Amino acid sequence: MSLISAANVTKDYLAGDVTVSALKGLSFEIAPASFVSFVGPSGSGKTTLLNLIGCLDKPSDGKLTVADTNVLNLDRKQSASFRGNNIGFIFQDFNLLPVLTVYENIEYPLLMVQSAPASERKKRVTALLEAVGMIDQKGKYPDQISGGQKQRVAVARALVTNPKLVLADEPTANLDHKTAYMVIDLMKKMRDEFGTTFIFSTHDQKIVGEAEVIFTLEDGNLLDRHVEGGKRNG
Amino acid sequence: MGNLFKIAIRNLLRYKRRTLLTASLITVGVVFVLVFISVSGSFKNMMIGQITDSMLGHLQVHRKGYVASIDNLPLNLNLKAGAIARLEAILDKQSEIEAYSPRIKFGGMFSNFVETTNIRLVAVYPDREFRTVPLLPLRITSGGKTLNRGEILIPDLLAKGMKVKIGDAVVVVATNQDGSVNGKQFKVAGIVEGITGPGGRDGYIHIEDATELLRMEKMEVSEIAIRLKDFNKLNPFNQKLEGLLSKELNQQDKPIFELHTWEKLTPFYNIARMIDVMTFFIKLMLIAIVLISIMNVMIMAVYERIREIGTIAAIGTLPGRILNMFVIEGFCLGIVGAVIGDIVGIVVVLVVNMLKITFNFGQQKGLLLQANIDPMDILVISVTVIIVSVLASLQPAFKASRMEPIKALRHV
Repeated sequence: MSLISAANVTKDYLAGDVTVSALKGLSFEIAPASFVSFVGPSGSGKTTLLNLIGCLDKPSDGKLTVADTNVLNLDRKQSASFRGNNIGFIFQDFNLLPVLTVYENIEYPLLMVQSAPASERKKRVTALLEAVGMIDQKGKYPDQISGGQKQRVAVARALVTNPKLVLADEPTANLDHKTAYMVIDLMKKMRDEFGTTFIFSTHDQKIVGEAEVIFTLEDGNLLDRHVEGGKRNG
Repeated sequence: MGNLFKIAIRNLLRYKRRTLLTASLITVGVVFVLVFISVSGSFKNMMIGQITDSMLGHLQVHRKGYVASIDNLPLNLNLKAGAIARLEAILDKQSEIEAYSPRIKFGGMFSNFVETTNIRLVAVYPDREFRTVPLLPLRITSGGKTLNRGEILIPDLLAKGMKVKIGDAVVVVATNQDGSVNGKQFKVAGIVEGITGPGGRDGYIHIEDATELLRMEKMEVSEIAIRLKDFNKLNPFNQKLEGLLSKELNQQDKPIFELHTWEKLTPFYNIARMIDVMTFFIKLMLIAIVLISIMNVMIMAVYERIREIGTIAAIGTLPGRILNMFVIEGFCLGIVGAVIGDIVGIVVVLVVNMLKITFNFGQQKGLLLQANIDPMDILVISVTVIIVSVLASLQPAFKASRMEPIKALRHV
């Protein structure tokens, strides 16, 4: 059974008076615990597709099911609740909250989204801090740590709610190669440990090779679905 | 909820200078309002105290129709002996009354045997009058603080104009109800300081001298002035007494008495009202200051944190919780401004009192300004500031909560 199922998904935007088709009838399926990459040049529709899967936006047409939920049927509040319980996000610019410490940033979704009890929060945040190697930095604020460390915190934050799916839009774009591989390795490790599906978009051909399933997009069309073993690991 | 406060406070501290400026603006507004209310309130209370305690009393009872003709001091509208007895029987039973004083008010001619001029006189039982208007003895600037039969207290301007001194003999001539004229010689026992307002330049004689001068066969009085034990209970007591007096009817089944509080008897009530209106507008200004400053700072806060709003919305924070985050920021700003404003306001009022500022009110010179802050005023102002702060935050907070995460995340 697939975690994500897209059937003829389209997305049209109005740019002034002109309608732009960002996605043109995409159909695909993604299995649970996959490590998937969407690749393609700028404007190919990667981010748009991630936004649709992440319930940040709605398809103009077609059917998109994520974790057995038709995302078209969700209203604004239901979308937020669905995201909070099922999806983790990793952003290109890390998007950590500057007024919260590393610990508090990771704790935030448990506290403000899931209202988890304090003991559970402490257990899960500490486990993830250790898993991403940031336990020594837990009291620091985002402006006191490096870009790679920020992205590790972002990975931990994305995983803290035990989501079925983590979406990462260009997660390594602002990192050097060494750090980028570290982050990708961390994401894989987390996938192996927690069984979470990771979907990321990237331009970087070396990073693309780390994915086990690669979807290639161009001009809003799905050109190719390629199954890799994960180059370095395979 | 504690975590929302923690995040709100950290966000406020993130822009320390802006937060400080906004809180300072609210603080200044609160201080200004508190000081204005306390100073104007003390001035108003002093003014009311001067008028009621040295002349009017808190309430006055007249025969029905008297007040409409009060400028003429009409003797034919005096309360007759029977009515006085009925009225005193009612007043004696009222535990709220500290004292009451019957008065005969009339106009006459005043002569020092060289010159003659007109005079308005109030005839009283001195002891009862002094208990009803306890500041009256303080107005007697020369002579003894008493008034015996055959003596007269004359207003200071008249004494100066007529060159009359203590101990001088003077004559008062008055027309009685029948139109006949009678005169009586008095000894000047004291000079009364004039005060601003109707009746503020009246002379005083003993009531029994007045009955003689006016050839009254039985006691009649123009009014009975009443002093309450607690001035703050004026309105409820006024209603109660009005109810009791309305049952007192004459042979035509019409009310005998009319009751007025001090407010209806002096134009200074309008000044007191003007002070209240000014206070109201000052409070409105405070509300405007708080509203605009908080709204401004919160709009800026939302604009600067669009990507953060997008992030927390994307990871599943519900719109209501995002709204709360921003409203709590405004709430915290309001609390800080109100609390610091209250403290500074109290200190300023204490300093004002320590400076012993004096001012003049009409003829009275050197009245000491004693500003007091009513705890209820502090509470009302603080609560108002906090409520307005929350209201001012609502629009930006609502905007933040309604933001589309996808657009917010794209914001640069």
